[in-house]
Amino acid sequence: MTPTLAIALTAIFTAISCAVLGAFLVLRKMTMVGDAISHAVLPGIAIAYLLSQSRSSLPMFLGAALVGVFATVVIEILSKKWKVQSDASIGMTFTTLFALGVVLITYWSDKVDLDQECVLYGEIAFVPFNTWTLAGQSMGPIALWSSGILLLLVLIYTFTGYKGLLMSSFNEDYAAVLGIGVGAWNLSLMSMVSVATVISFESVGAILVVALLVAPAASAYLISQKLKPMILLAALFGLSGSLLGYMISAQLDISIAGGIATMLGVQFALILTITQFSRTS
Amino acid sequence: MEKSIEVHNLTVSYHSKPVLWDVDFELPKGKIIGIVGPNGSGKTTMLKTVMGLMKPDSGYTEIFGQPLDKVRERVSYVPQRESVDWDFPADVMDVVLMGRYRKNNLFKRITKEDRRIATEALEKVNLLEFADRQISQLSGGQQQRVFIARSLAQQADIYLMDEPFVGVDAATEDAILKLLRDMKNEGKTVVIVHHDLQTANEYFDWIVLLNTRLVAAGPKEQVFTKELLQEAYGGRLTVLSKLGDLISDTEFPLREPDFKEDQPQG
Ligand SMILES: Nc1ncnc2c1ncn2[C@@H]1O[C@H](COP(=O)(O)OP(=O)(O)OP(=O)(O)O)[C@@H](O)[C@H]1O
Ligand SMILES: [Mg+2]
Repeated sequence: MTPTLAIALTAIFTAISCAVLGAFLVLRKMTMVGDAISHAVLPGIAIAYLLSQSRSSLPMFLGAALVGVFATVVIEILSKKWKVQSDASIGMTFTTLFALGVVLITYWSDKVDLDQECVLYGEIAFVPFNTWTLAGQSMGPIALWSSGILLLLVLIYTFTGYKGLLMSSFNEDYAAVLGIGVGAWNLSLMSMVSVATVISFESVGAILVVALLVAPAASAYLISQKLKPMILLAALFGLSGSLLGYMISAQLDISIAGGIATMLGVQFALILTITQFSRTS
Repeated sequence: MEKSIEVHNLTVSYHSKPVLWDVDFELPKGKIIGIVGPNGSGKTTMLKTVMGLMKPDSGYTEIFGQPLDKVRERVSYVPQRESVDWDFPADVMDVVLMGRYRKNNLFKRITKEDRRIATEALEKVNLLEFADRQISQLSGGQQQRVFIARSLAQQADIYLMDEPFVGVDAATEDAILKLLRDMKNEGKTVVIVHHDLQTANEYFDWIVLLNTRLVAAGPKEQVFTKELLQEAYGGRLTVLSKLGDLISDTEFPLREPDFKEDQPQG
């Protein structure tokens, strides 16, 4: 496998996974919670990194994802139980956790080789060099595997959980009356978002994960009348945005993550313009 | 009297400020029942508590003599129309099919039978031709009927509806009312939160008059009196004076044949 292909596939798998989950965040008006999770996982990553001394280990993924879920639970408690305004709850939780992550990384700077640059912007260009071996056989880039497994997980989750996700996103109260555990659906979605965030973190960093979660889904929302097409379109926009972004950044020799996020934004602007135009004409 | 809903010593509050205070009543089966009271009197809160969406500070509610958890499948809830985002990417059929979702079929595919029942429900509310339409492209009255169709698709025994007549034109209101009467004739119980005093007397067999405390609950002839209405609505006599004619008028236009059989409560 060529390095180029490995990078492109990793970007695409990550983008599609985030786009599909993002569709539900957009519908639940919870994209900022996605943003919060993507920042809140940083201390989890720092601690897990200190303990396991490797960036791509299973314990690290799980530890960091757990912190993401913890953040959503804290946000829930702050806003529902203690009546802190919901945007303030989100803002407080993720800035505090993110700051804690920054503190930990700088405090352990001699032991934890995570520089701020890669935390913020990812290092997808290095994906091909970080490989793993099984029984003496080289298995290829770790990030390619993890993003591939992530995509598989997301697809299974969305297919099997489709009815529950639809119902709890559209009408929480009605679902609750039917005895369908709304809290459990919310938590499962946030757990998936946390896992996706942690896995994407490596490739695109803390700032741009949220672009992958929000932009394709928000674009799809503009032109979809049904949920299934919206999910498919979000996945498609994730794919096209990451592919185009990668190609452009390779051409111009710029940050790949930056290129991808910019393309996602351009796509959104384009679709928005078209829909506005067709509405007024 | 066979009981549908029982509410016992119920106190419910928001931020420790009670909005329902020691409310206690029992409702019969197979009737159309109105929960009536001024704005902010706790009608929606009452419904939400009965549906398990709010936890009471004290007291309890039962449906068909059992806690809600035992009878969920037999209970259907029609929330206020504004409680959902109608820009959600779903068509009318998608929403009505939600009435077929159950705890134990949530991970299974929608069946032909589910579709047949949903289609039948759409037919009943006269929306079949809109089955494929996106829900944002419906009028308010049509959206309300989508919610009712979803509830019908659930094939429950008791229906609790929050303000189903709000934003609905006269023709639709009549159609919904006819539907409710059909349901009643099939032995179903319908409980409706309603704020329009003008029509309450005509629509309901039984009325719960609420204003944080319970003012009265019983057959409408006993509850819809000037004294009790005055108690519920306080000093707002302008509303009441308009009602003067309605109350003194003994010829109710839509009197039910079983009108006389209603036994007083207790
Ligand atoms: N989410 C909430 N937080 C705080 N107070 C609330 C909340 N919802 C309702 N209340 C208060 O509780 C009281 C009862 O509200 P409720 O919605 O049950 O009244 P209602 O009888 O349904 O009124 P309406 O006719 O206006 O629908 C009101 O005083 C209201 O201000
Ligand atoms: Mg209300």
